[in-house]
Amino acid sequence: MSTTPAIGMDRQPQAALAERCLYYMSMMREIEDRIERKLYRQGKIVGGVYVGRGQEAIPVGTALVARPDDVMLPAHRDLAVFLIRGVSAGRIFAQYMGREGGLTRGRDGNMHMGDLKHGIVAIISALAATVPVAAGVAMALRYKGIEGVAFSYFGDGATSRGDWHEGVNFAAVQKLPVVFICNNNQYAYSTPLSAQMACANVADRGPAYNIPAEIVDGNDVLAVHEATQRARAHAGSGKGPYLLECKTFRMTGHSAHDAAHYVPQGLFEEWGKMDPITRLEARMLAEGWAGQEALDRARAAVHREVDEAVAWAEQSPFPDAATLEEDVYESR
Amino acid sequence: MSTTYLEAIRQGMWEEMERDPNVFLLGEDIGVYGGAFKVTAGFFEHFGEKRVVDTPISEAAIVGAAIGAGLMGLRPVAEMQFADFITCGFDQIVNFAAKCRYRWGAAVPMVVRAPSGGGIHGGPFHSQNPEMWFVRTPGLKVVAPATAYDAKGLIKSAIRDNDPVIFFEHKGLYRRIKEDLPAEDYTVPIGVAKVAREGRDLSIITYGAMVWTALEAAGKLAEEGASVEVVDLRTLVPLDRETVCASVKKTSKALLLHEDTRTGGMAGELAATLTEAVFEYLDGPIVRVTAPDTPVPYSPPLEQAFLPNVEKVVEKARWLWRY
Ligand SMILES: Cc1ncc(C[n+]2csc(CCOP(=O)(O)OP(=O)(O)O)c2C)c(N)n1
Ligand SMILES: [Mg+2]
Repeated sequence: MSTTPAIGMDRQPQAALAERCLYYMSMMREIEDRIERKLYRQGKIVGGVYVGRGQEAIPVGTALVARPDDVMLPAHRDLAVFLIRGVSAGRIFAQYMGREGGLTRGRDGNMHMGDLKHGIVAIISALAATVPVAAGVAMALRYKGIEGVAFSYFGDGATSRGDWHEGVNFAAVQKLPVVFICNNNQYAYSTPLSAQMACANVADRGPAYNIPAEIVDGNDVLAVHEATQRARAHAGSGKGPYLLECKTFRMTGHSAHDAAHYVPQGLFEEWGKMDPITRLEARMLAEGWAGQEALDRARAAVHREVDEAVAWAEQSPFPDAATLEEDVYESR
Repeated sequence: MSTTYLEAIRQGMWEEMERDPNVFLLGEDIGVYGGAFKVTAGFFEHFGEKRVVDTPISEAAIVGAAIGAGLMGLRPVAEMQFADFITCGFDQIVNFAAKCRYRWGAAVPMVVRAPSGGGIHGGPFHSQNPEMWFVRTPGLKVVAPATAYDAKGLIKSAIRDNDPVIFFEHKGLYRRIKEDLPAEDYTVPIGVAKVAREGRDLSIITYGAMVWTALEAAGKLAEEGASVEVVDLRTLVPLDRETVCASVKKTSKALLLHEDTRTGGMAGELAATLTEAVFEYLDGPIVRVTAPDTPVPYSPPLEQAFLPNVEKVVEKARWLWRY
């Protein structure tokens, strides 16, 4: 398309936003593909690997709304949150490979990482444990007079934990600035939603805590972004937390060692047609926000960037065993 | 036919379920999926959904429901997907289950299975050995088998026991060790240690996966002329002080070994026990080989440095032997 169609005032920003969304979703996809399909199989990653393939729109659409003072508490399929907050892909690879250059310097693996310099709190494995922590982060923001919001991420399964209910209730009672973001990918390990909860939607839990709850198409990054703007506006205005349920599907096994035989095959095909990256690209072409050539160039650039990141991580040394007992407590 | 440690636990549970209709299982992904480690593979198909219950991700509810069912006369076996997540059911275990009998005479015949241990690159939350949180809680029994024979015999005893039992099964042993098991029904009593290798010069007292480390170390030291005895505790509570003390009375030297971290570990309790009971027999200081007081690190060089191993045991044991 050589001539740009007449565009309204709001078109240009939409095109720019779409481009950023595409970049971060593609980066997350490519990084996780390398992790799961290459480095893990080569034995360069020895621990558990959980990826968010097919769910990229959720961390991307939400985290792009966050402002610098906001604090993120991502879960184990929210890799793009790290990229958006400025953590380099190289450090993420190094984290997975147990190297010095990783965010935990080899002390922990995979998505168990954080860095307060980037406004990110590291999860522990125990699901939903970050939900009450998010409430505490939000308390501190308000206490200090900072206009920030805590972004608390979790899966559908995590909402069965007592910590989840205690954290959400606490935030609701205190009217804390938290956006609760559920990636409802319809499975928790092998457990389908119907065996996890008796209600149809995670959002159905909102009324029990008297907080607004919204369901959004979690495979439509622009819809996620828009809904997050509403959620953040609410939470940031002193009205209390907001629950956002993003409907999606886990396009992989639970982890790299799970073939997911328990998932009816048709579901992968059905949801494969709703891939958030393919969908955004199609939209960008249809709206005239980008041409095919530009999309191809963007993809090639992502590949190059990820190649370089892997190379950087591979040259990062393993931690020195002599440091084993350091940093259990503050050192003087 | 040789049976793995994992298969032994499976068989033990299977036989108890066949034997007693009140025995049932509950946990995350244990039914259709057969469990994260496949310990319950095939149970759902054979025993049905009434007796193999897939639960939401709710450890407090899993343990609490097991307690309730136990109070009503059933014999629940609850699975923690990893021992590390037992923290999420902690209050139910240490405050509810542990104190029922003492407070109001009510039995809680419940087993909580907890796959524990490191060496699998699991990092801080998939590698821990949290046995001491329970060892120091009166009212709980704590079991940690090292062999396939004991794993089967002890899970059966645990299921038949009328007190709550926390059953630590070491993930690193699941498929690593196997042995021939008797065809007939047998149990291994809770509270009885075993001399895994006889010796005269020095006793290594240990449990769980470290029994194998101790045996290998004992083999190496034998080449140097040291006769090392290995005591496998098998049960941590109630502790078989008699077997431990008898061994040290004989050898006069004690090396205490565990994969768990150092401070407040089982070795401390054993050292105090030996000092109280057999001090006069000791010909050297009581020596500990344990993990250091840090979380379990993920990166291989750090995890290797963290875990006790044969070299570390041989070095300390040799020193003590020559003392
Ligand atoms: C308290 C606790 N119990 C069990 C586990 C093991 N586990 C890890 S992820 C997972 C499933 C999580 O499902 P969900 O919350 O829906 O997140 P998803 O993996 O689908 O993104 C389970 C059971 C855990 N991490 N924490
Ligand atoms: Mg899920």
